[in-house]
Amino acid sequence: MPQQDSTVELLTGKDSVGKKSKIPARLDLLQSATGLILSFFIIFHIVFESSILFGKAAMYRLTKIFEGEPFIEGGEPLIISALAFGIFVIFIFHALLAMRKFPSSYKEYQRYRTQSKMLKHSDTNLWFIQITTGFVMMFLGSIHLYTMMTQPENIGPYASSDRIYSDIAWPMYLILLISVVLHTGVGVYRLIIKWGWFDGSNPRANRIRSKKIIQAVVVVYLVLGLLSLGTYMKIGYDHQEEYGNRYSEVHK
Amino acid sequence: MIDQENQEVSNEEEFRKIEITVFRYNPQNSNTKPEYQTYTLEETPGMTLYIALIKIWSTMDHNISFDFVCRAGICGSCSMVVNGKPRLACKTRTSEFEDGKITLLPLPTFKHIKDLSVDTGNWMNAMSKKVESWIHAKEETDITAIEKPVEPDVAQAVFELDRCIECGICLAACSTKIMKEDFVGAVGLNRTARFAIDPHDERSDEDFYELIGDDNGVFGCMSLMGCEDHCPKDLPLQTKIAYMRRKMVKM
Repeated sequence: MPQQDSTVELLTGKDSVGKKSKIPARLDLLQSATGLILSFFIIFHIVFESSILFGKAAMYRLTKIFEGEPFIEGGEPLIISALAFGIFVIFIFHALLAMRKFPSSYKEYQRYRTQSKMLKHSDTNLWFIQITTGFVMMFLGSIHLYTMMTQPENIGPYASSDRIYSDIAWPMYLILLISVVLHTGVGVYRLIIKWGWFDGSNPRANRIRSKKIIQAVVVVYLVLGLLSLGTYMKIGYDHQEEYGNRYSEVHK
Repeated sequence: MIDQENQEVSNEEEFRKIEITVFRYNPQNSNTKPEYQTYTLEETPGMTLYIALIKIWSTMDHNISFDFVCRAGICGSCSMVVNGKPRLACKTRTSEFEDGKITLLPLPTFKHIKDLSVDTGNWMNAMSKKVESWIHAKEETDITAIEKPVEPDVAQAVFELDRCIECGICLAACSTKIMKEDFVGAVGLNRTARFAIDPHDERSDEDFYELIGDDNGVFGCMSLMGCEDHCPKDLPLQTKIAYMRRKMVKM
C-alpha cells in the first residue's frame, strides 16, 4: 500500500491539505542543475583531453595528475573510476529529467515536427538538436562512461589512442563529441534564457549576445575536439604494431 | 523619355499580381475535404493581408471564412499562419513577400471553425478561469473612495503586460502547446505575472503555485521562445516567464 499522501494525490491530484505537489518545481530545478554540472564537466573534460595536442608527455602528465600522482605513488586509476561513476549518476539523472520533455507519441511528434518545420524559428530548431543529441548520448555517453569506470587504467597517450584507432572506438567518439558539444551549447543557452541569468537592462539584446558567444564557443570546442580526436587517431595508427604497449616517461 | 519608360515599368511592378493560397475546410460539413485554394489578385499600395482577404471575400469568393474586428492590431481576432509564421493579418503587408506568393492557414492548437477561422475566445476564457485572472483581495473595494496609490513604475509594468490582446499567436508558435493541449502557454503565464506584480492583488507566490506550479503551467515551458519572437505586441514574455519560474521554483 503506497503512502497515504500519495494515494490522496492519486485520487485528487493534490495532497492531503489540498495543495499541489512541489515535486514539479524540484524536477525543473534539478534538470537545470544537473545540466549545468554536466556542462561544467564537459567544458573542462574536452580541454583536458586536448592536452594531447601539446604532445604525449603533456597528456600523460595530466592523466597522472588526475590519478592523484602528486600524493599517490604511480597514481590511482580508481580515482577516475569514482569520478566517472559520479558523472554517470548525474548523467542518468539528467537524462531521466530531460526525457520528460521529449515528444512521447506519434501524435506529439507529428505535431511538433510539422509546426517547427513551418515556423522556421531558430530556437525551436535548436531544441530538435538538443533532443536528438540527448537521445544519441543516452547510448554513446553510457558506453564511454562505463568504459572509463571499468578501465580507468587505459587512459594515456597510447592506451587511449589504441582504443580510439585499433579498437575502433573513433566512430563512437566522433558522434559523441559532436553531440555533446552541440547539446551543451544549446543547453547552456537555454539555461540563460530560462532563468534570466544575463537579462540586464536589455534582455533582448543580451539574448542575441549570449547566443553569439555560445555559437563561437561551440565552434572552438568542436575544432578543439576534432583536432584532438585526429591526433589520437594518428598516434593510434602509428602505434598499431605495438598495440597494448603503454606510454612511459622513459620514451621521452 | 527613358525616365518615363522606367517610371511606367515601376508602376507596373507596384501593382503586381499576388497569389494567396488559403486552407479551405469546414469540419462541420462531412462532405468537404481539407484543400488549398489559390486566389490571384492585384496588389494595391499598402495592402495588408486583411485587405487582401476582404477583397477576395467581396469580389471572388463569398464563402471564405476568416475572423477580424478592429483592423488595427488591437483585437487579436485576425491571427493566422502566414507562410508558416503565426501573425496578425491586419498587421502584415503583402508587399513584404517578394515572390508574391502567400499561404494562409488557420492557427493550430485552437478549435477549427472553418477555413481561417478558429475559436480562440473559448480557450482564452477557460485559461482566464484556470489562472484566476482577476484581482484577489480580502477587502471589498469601495468604489466610491479614491483608489490606493500605486508606484508609477509598478503601474507601468502592469499596464505593459495588460497589452496582451489574446490573439493566440504565442500558443501557435509554442512547441509545448502544440504537443500538450492543457499547457496555459505564454498568454497564461503572462497573465499570472501581471497579477503577481500588481499590488492590488494579495495572492502569495504559494497561491500562484496552485495555479501554474506544474507541467501545464510554468514548468511546461521549455524556453524555446516561439512566443517571445512572434508576439505581435512585443510583450516581454521571455523575462516574465523566467520571473514566474524563479518565483515558483522557490516554493
